[in-house]
Amino acid sequence: MAMTSDSSGSSFRLSMLIYDTRYRSITIQIVFLFLFMAGFAWLVDNTLSNLAQKGKDIDFGFLGSRAGYDINQMLVDYSNDSSHARAWIVGLLNTLVLALAACVTATVIGVIAGVLRLSNNWIVSKIMTIYVEMFRNVPVLLWIIVIFAVLTEITPAPNAFRGENATSSMLFFDSVAITNRGTYLPGPLFSRSLGDIHLGIVQVSTNYLVLLAIIAGSIWGYRALQHNAAAVQEATGIRPVTWWKSALIIVAPTLVALIVMGFHLEYPELKGFNFSGGSYLRNSFIAMWLALSVYTGAFIAENVRAGILAISKGQSEAAFALGLRPGKTMNLVILPQALRVIIPPLISQYLNITKNTSLAIAVGYMDLRATLGGITLNQTGRELECMLLLMLTYLIISLIISGAMNVYNNSVKLKER
Amino acid sequence: MSNTKISFVRTNMLPQKSPPSSQVGAVRWLRENLFSSPLNAMLTLLGVLIVYFLIVHLGPWFKNSIWNANSLSQCREILAGESGACWAVIKDRWHQLLFGFYPQEAYWRPVLTFVLMIVAVAPILFAVVPRKVLWFSAVFPFLAFWLLWGGSIWYSVAALLGFVVGFGAFVLLQRISALVAVIGAVLAPIFWWLFLAGPVDTLLTAIVPIRIPAIQSHDFGGFMISIIIGVTGIVLSLPMGILLALGRQSDMPLVKWICVGFIEFIRGVPLITLLFTASLLLNYFLPPGTNFDIVLRVIIMVTLFAAAYMAEVVRGGFAALPRGQYEAADALGLDYWKSQRLILLPQALKISIPGIVNTFIGLFKDTTLVVFIGILDPIGLSNAIRADSNWNGIVWELYGFIALCFFIFCFGMSRYSQYLEGKLKTDHR
Amino acid sequence: MKKTVFIGAMTAAATLVAGAASATVLDEVKARGELNCGVSTGVNGFSAPDSAGEWQGFDVAVCRAVAAAVLGDPKKVKFVTTTGQTRFTALASGEIDLLARNTTWTFSRDTDLKFTFAGVNYYDGQGFMVNKALGVSSAKELDGATVCIQTGTTTELNLADYFKANNMKYEPVPIETNAEAQQQYLAGACDVYTTDASGLAATRATFADPENHAVLPEIISKEPLGPLVAQGDDQWADIVRWTLNALVAAEELGITSANIEELSKGTSNPEIDRMLGSSEDDLGAMIGLDKQWAKRAIAAGGNYGEVFAANIGESTPIGLARGLNALWTQGGLQYSPPFR
Repeated sequence: MAMTSDSSGSSFRLSMLIYDTRYRSITIQIVFLFLFMAGFAWLVDNTLSNLAQKGKDIDFGFLGSRAGYDINQMLVDYSNDSSHARAWIVGLLNTLVLALAACVTATVIGVIAGVLRLSNNWIVSKIMTIYVEMFRNVPVLLWIIVIFAVLTEITPAPNAFRGENATSSMLFFDSVAITNRGTYLPGPLFSRSLGDIHLGIVQVSTNYLVLLAIIAGSIWGYRALQHNAAAVQEATGIRPVTWWKSALIIVAPTLVALIVMGFHLEYPELKGFNFSGGSYLRNSFIAMWLALSVYTGAFIAENVRAGILAISKGQSEAAFALGLRPGKTMNLVILPQALRVIIPPLISQYLNITKNTSLAIAVGYMDLRATLGGITLNQTGRELECMLLLMLTYLIISLIISGAMNVYNNSVKLKER
Repeated sequence: MSNTKISFVRTNMLPQKSPPSSQVGAVRWLRENLFSSPLNAMLTLLGVLIVYFLIVHLGPWFKNSIWNANSLSQCREILAGESGACWAVIKDRWHQLLFGFYPQEAYWRPVLTFVLMIVAVAPILFAVVPRKVLWFSAVFPFLAFWLLWGGSIWYSVAALLGFVVGFGAFVLLQRISALVAVIGAVLAPIFWWLFLAGPVDTLLTAIVPIRIPAIQSHDFGGFMISIIIGVTGIVLSLPMGILLALGRQSDMPLVKWICVGFIEFIRGVPLITLLFTASLLLNYFLPPGTNFDIVLRVIIMVTLFAAAYMAEVVRGGFAALPRGQYEAADALGLDYWKSQRLILLPQALKISIPGIVNTFIGLFKDTTLVVFIGILDPIGLSNAIRADSNWNGIVWELYGFIALCFFIFCFGMSRYSQYLEGKLKTDHR
Repeated sequence: MKKTVFIGAMTAAATLVAGAASATVLDEVKARGELNCGVSTGVNGFSAPDSAGEWQGFDVAVCRAVAAAVLGDPKKVKFVTTTGQTRFTALASGEIDLLARNTTWTFSRDTDLKFTFAGVNYYDGQGFMVNKALGVSSAKELDGATVCIQTGTTTELNLADYFKANNMKYEPVPIETNAEAQQQYLAGACDVYTTDASGLAATRATFADPENHAVLPEIISKEPLGPLVAQGDDQWADIVRWTLNALVAAEELGITSANIEELSKGTSNPEIDRMLGSSEDDLGAMIGLDKQWAKRAIAAGGNYGEVFAANIGESTPIGLARGLNALWTQGGLQYSPPFR
């Protein structure tokens, strides 16, 4: 607050810094900034002197050293010889997969429950009310633990599938096995591999990329077809028959590509202690996924209900007057309008899901917090560095989600004129 | 048949016929509510199936409940292979789940505090309670602190006096200038707490020793610790949240961006990372030698966490105020603080109460996360209880009890907040 | 005005609990009148609260012995529950004076994390427990198994090393607490449960059918478990170390909680006299305590053998044999330097 003598003209007096509204806000801001910086400097100074006292330093070099522990679920290559930084990435990807899966299912559950809660079917609306209240009013951590315990206790162990008189059997023509370790599903495989592409740290199978490109192309073709048909309809009043063309455009290229690349399914088999082969969803993942979905689903259901109730009754009456059936009224009239009310709280629910994935610690799902903020922190003893990186990572994820959703929100917002 | 009579004319009214059976009573209700369309009928059947499934599977478990046993193995013996709940564990350990390791002879203290807390929040939550009770609400935090932690009462009184000193300074200095008054109101209590509160405490304790046995926060646990952390977090975060909300609305870009930065940072990271910060790092941030109690460190972080959410709730309250209120305050010539204090804030806060209650429910549920830093909240205690040989392997009974307690508390609160929302709704539909 | 309220509340709270940084841990503990002892949140036989809220167990007994030696009362202990994640920070930050939470003495913890291990109160090693129905008799046959481990411990590193060295694959299932790991194992969600052999035995003891589960013969690591203190206060480390030694020496010399009063009146054995403070030598003064410190420590829960027998010994449900933890005179490793 160094106030130099008045240099800005004869009319300026020092007291104007406080009493003149033109300058006061600047004064306040400078004082505020000064206090803020001072507080921040105080914290940093304390931290440094505390670290010095304990003989520690701030060093991120540990990220490059050997991690030494194993992670059970990994989307990119990882072994205990990999570095702590790689363990961090493995954890991050696990977090993101879980968050993504939970967001999708929570939305589906939430929309269904929210709509059904308004249903005029007494028993259905009551069941939905019980569902919503039960899940909303009990901590999500408890749900995670309980669902994990339920999965562990009621599903059979792989042992039960073994031997002559097995007490359990696989579902869907021996392709799916639900055990208390996880669910084994048939896994997609390509017998003619096109090799992998290394994208920095992640490697992606070219087969999938080709497949994605073909699907994208088909969709584009389909849309072009529809566009064309619409144009013809506009011009002649007759819509050309397109269903077999569009079916062909959508299905055929993908099918051909799959056959060419030698697509087949690998079925899980009981080998040794476990099932092997196919894809494997661990129970820790399923428990987190289910718990986050049904818990957040209950909140989303409330948002959806509020959104629907916010649409004035005249809208549905008008829709009925036009002769729309209740289902169509909901789909074509009510939901599109309600969406504008629903989306902002939905964004914050997605953020909540992402943040709640950090509770994976309760069931041993190896997410970001369990790798970087858990074992790495514990084995290296670098609390400050690990927590800093952990918080930054979560912050960036959150900002990206809210940023992306805000963009979407703005695009569906009612254009006010 | 038709003799000489003229054609039939009814002279008296027929008694009213009862409506067709499909339009009355249970049948009508069933038709309208359960089987109005094929889809509805299917949903109904599905619902009935779910309920039936639950009853068949959980019914015997509840029916065979055992309340008197000393260990899980004894329960198993009594059940002799049948499925049944062993509620004996709750009977044996309910006091730990509620109070942690708080001394049994002092249970009246948290119970009394809880009752007083309800009295203290009553004037805020219910309009019928006389406003005078608000004075009690102001004193309550200090009283609660004394009751729960014990020790000499003068400690709490000395801390409370700091606010009185601050208020006195404010009133006295207001004649000079508003700015001086604010500065005085900030500095006087700090001066009091730093230099005078200690001696006053010692002196008064020496003259009139009123004390109850001191109990340390490490003995706290169970639902008591959840409620303490939740309530303290919310109460402390309210002033901070209001300031942040005001800062976020401010015209001054620097103030605004710092507030936005803080709010977004806290809302962007999971609570668990903040709790780990409390447990692992907070001691690094404070001057060397300070050593906070873990419960206090958790309360600090939870307060910061809740403040960011509170700021958004209060901001929502401000946003809901009609523009005219701001303009009217300006038209009256009130300065910024006066218009906030006298006109805008009271209204904004009133609108925000449901939001605050919801934030509290969320925070209360989130207090369960403290189990990860070794504080024995109900879930932590369920692990500790299961480490005892007697109750090793018990699962559902403990979780069920904990869930039920949380449900009762949170459901009650959310019902209240819904009632309030309905009452505050001023638009006419 | 609002801000002052907030800052004020914080300052008031801070002044309440902020302990003045005094010279030594011993002074601090004495001034406080209570020992802050870090224990686990619940491991059967080692530390768990009973229904009266009293902590019981083998690790807890170490805390009580130190409290008895320093403060004269084994009840003057504040048990601070720590998780595998928070224990070291709690000790480093001075929140606890002593950590007795079956913690393995390793090089990096002693040096890099800057702790001082006061000794070893239990020689342990990481083992495997399997269901007998699996028909596995050696850990070498565990290729492809699903293994439950507790996170935040040395076990996960040992496990990775062991399977790598034997060129086997496994699926780790990391679990936060013993109670949950046990549930997973019993339900068959993992084939193997691995942790310290003592923990395995303690866990197995509580099963409804312990005879169906076997602890495999392989012990894949050395896990010397012991109490530890923060580096930098040698006197405090000495107190904890010699309290532990006193318990071991007491067993060797035949001092039990039953005969300690008798023996402290004076015996023909000068070492007993020195320990119990009935001779001229004042050992206590050398570590800042009084003459009777060791007597009180032993009287708190008995000598090492008694503590062992009462909490985890063969007569308890946990049923651990002394094994490596027998006295050196009986073929074990427990050995106390002389009290002289």
